[in-house]
Amino acid sequence: MKIDVDDALWLVRGKRDRLSKEIPEWEELRDAAYRLKLYSNSHLPELLEQFETQATANGAIVHWAKDADEYRNIIGGLLKDHGVSLFVKSKSMLSEECHLVPYLKNLGIETVETDLGERIIQLMGSRPSHIVLPAIHIKRQEVGKLFEKEMGTEPGNCDPTYLTHAARRNLRNYFLNADAGMTGANFAVASTGEVVVCTNEGNADLGTSVPKLQIAAFGIDKIVPDRESLGVFTRLLARTATGQPVTTYTTHYSAPREGSEFHIIMVDNGRSRILADKDHFRLLNCLRCGGCMNTCPVYRRTGGYSYSYFIPGPIGVNLGMASNPEAHKKDLSACSLCQSCAGVCPVKMDLADQIYLWRQHFHSSVPKRILSDGMLAVMGGPSRLKATLAVGHPAMKALKACGFQWGKGRDFPDIANPLEHE
Amino acid sequence: MKVALFVPCYVKAVNPEVITASYKLLRHLGVDVSIPKGQTCCGQPMGNAGYESHTSHLKERFENIFKDYDVIVGPSSSCVVYVREHYGNIFKGRIFEICEYIHDVIRPTSLPGSFPHKVSLHNSCHGIRLAGLAAPSELNIPYFNKLKDLLSLVNGVEVVEPERPDECCGFGGLFSVERSEVSIKMGTDKVLRHLETGAEYITAADSSCLMHQGGIISARKLPLKTIHIIEILACGI
Repeated sequence: MKIDVDDALWLVRGKRDRLSKEIPEWEELRDAAYRLKLYSNSHLPELLEQFETQATANGAIVHWAKDADEYRNIIGGLLKDHGVSLFVKSKSMLSEECHLVPYLKNLGIETVETDLGERIIQLMGSRPSHIVLPAIHIKRQEVGKLFEKEMGTEPGNCDPTYLTHAARRNLRNYFLNADAGMTGANFAVASTGEVVVCTNEGNADLGTSVPKLQIAAFGIDKIVPDRESLGVFTRLLARTATGQPVTTYTTHYSAPREGSEFHIIMVDNGRSRILADKDHFRLLNCLRCGGCMNTCPVYRRTGGYSYSYFIPGPIGVNLGMASNPEAHKKDLSACSLCQSCAGVCPVKMDLADQIYLWRQHFHSSVPKRILSDGMLAVMGGPSRLKATLAVGHPAMKALKACGFQWGKGRDFPDIANPLEHE
Repeated sequence: MKVALFVPCYVKAVNPEVITASYKLLRHLGVDVSIPKGQTCCGQPMGNAGYESHTSHLKERFENIFKDYDVIVGPSSSCVVYVREHYGNIFKGRIFEICEYIHDVIRPTSLPGSFPHKVSLHNSCHGIRLAGLAAPSELNIPYFNKLKDLLSLVNGVEVVEPERPDECCGFGGLFSVERSEVSIKMGTDKVLRHLETGAEYITAADSSCLMHQGGIISARKLPLKTIHIIEILACGI
């Protein structure tokens, strides 16, 4: 059976639907998550400082980074100070956001991605097309070829289990020899100073269990007040993201292992600017679950690379606009305003309504402006509308007779004769 | 009570029979409905394209035409919801999508006539996710579908739903022009799923979705027709 990205992600959406419907209080959980996020994001100074105090008391070293530059410099500095040449990293969208890996490469530090999908993407020299399923667009045959070249697997063998085992053996060497390990964070618990990382592969756990230097970096929007509120989010996260009740591993990192150092970096990089935007501050609710991508009918058909921002789909359109509107305004048209994302979003972001709002200020194309102005002119009064229809009725007939279509594979509708329908 | 029929511009342009059916159906159900003159467009297509600020004259016209009516009913959930959400409070609580109004307010227990056909129901995005015509598949709420309830009042009609019963068909106003290929891909997927049900007709509460899907049916010469739900409900009148 041929499965494309649309089918594959629709299956994930279906699993999400089934699991969410097993929880009678699902909609209340979403409400609670929404309110908790509004609370945390409106109490960032207190919560972040509380986190810092707790984490420091636990023995971690906390750093603050106002932007991508500071984030990279802190990590680069730590790795240099510790003489790191091999660095293992679990998946972190923040590191993509801040272009960490190319920066470290320039410093002569080899970074190995340890999440299987992310590793495939890294070996291909590509970038993620989905934030949770970064290699969703790659066929297993392509992975087979890649692993044959990179890991010496059997030619032509693209059995998923075989390839996964090969990757596992290959990564094991890196885990054992790495000088430092890094994770992002799904959550940071203010009351306990813990960094919480949710994965399915256990790669984050391996990558942080051997090296003497552990780094965790997260955007300041990852803060949650306490473990009780964390429970609301962990119940929603995996169910929405992948249709699992919970991720295989939910690891709470609080203190450094004996004889090692644990550094935590809290990164702003534009988040406080989003917080100050009255139309779009709710974007900071995002858990990066990818649920909106899985449900978006446009994303499923065009894939992640059709968007200019590194995060695609409904959330990516919005975050791209929040980051650099002139660079990403073309993505605004990648939305039919179907509103499915708003219903899936575990933290109830009004993603489509926000796209509507961005569109009012940033216009993606000149032809759209011309069409809109044209319609405005026609709709200026009933006599104009009637006259347009009177002309449009035969004109459309003629156009259609000449083979003009409303895009390839779709005919124009007939326009009714206004004289027959008064 | 003064009830006005809101005639969405594109329905007037491409499906005027829906207006006639809406009028007849409401009259049959005892609603003293009239069709105010001078209607053009509520401004939704321009708003969705990013030019809501250019539509103030359309809003002014709409408000002047409808402000004195107690109830406004329109056969297009998308347009109705647009007025509800983008016209401030002026029409809040008194503008209804026509199926919503018939189902929730008039509550008929029977309708005359019969429509002995298999019909695939298109649950339009704005109809179910914004106008509340049915429970969207995304939410964990008790199932309901007002369109199915109404269709069950018509004799002989067999209602089915396609796979992915509330996935967007890809019309989306100017999305259908600006992202034409994606729009047509979405529409083709949708139409083929309707076809797989073995239905003769696709029906919906939004002519816009039907216009787009109809264009694909026509280009591919598929054995399917589109019909607005009100035309089925009014078939015996």
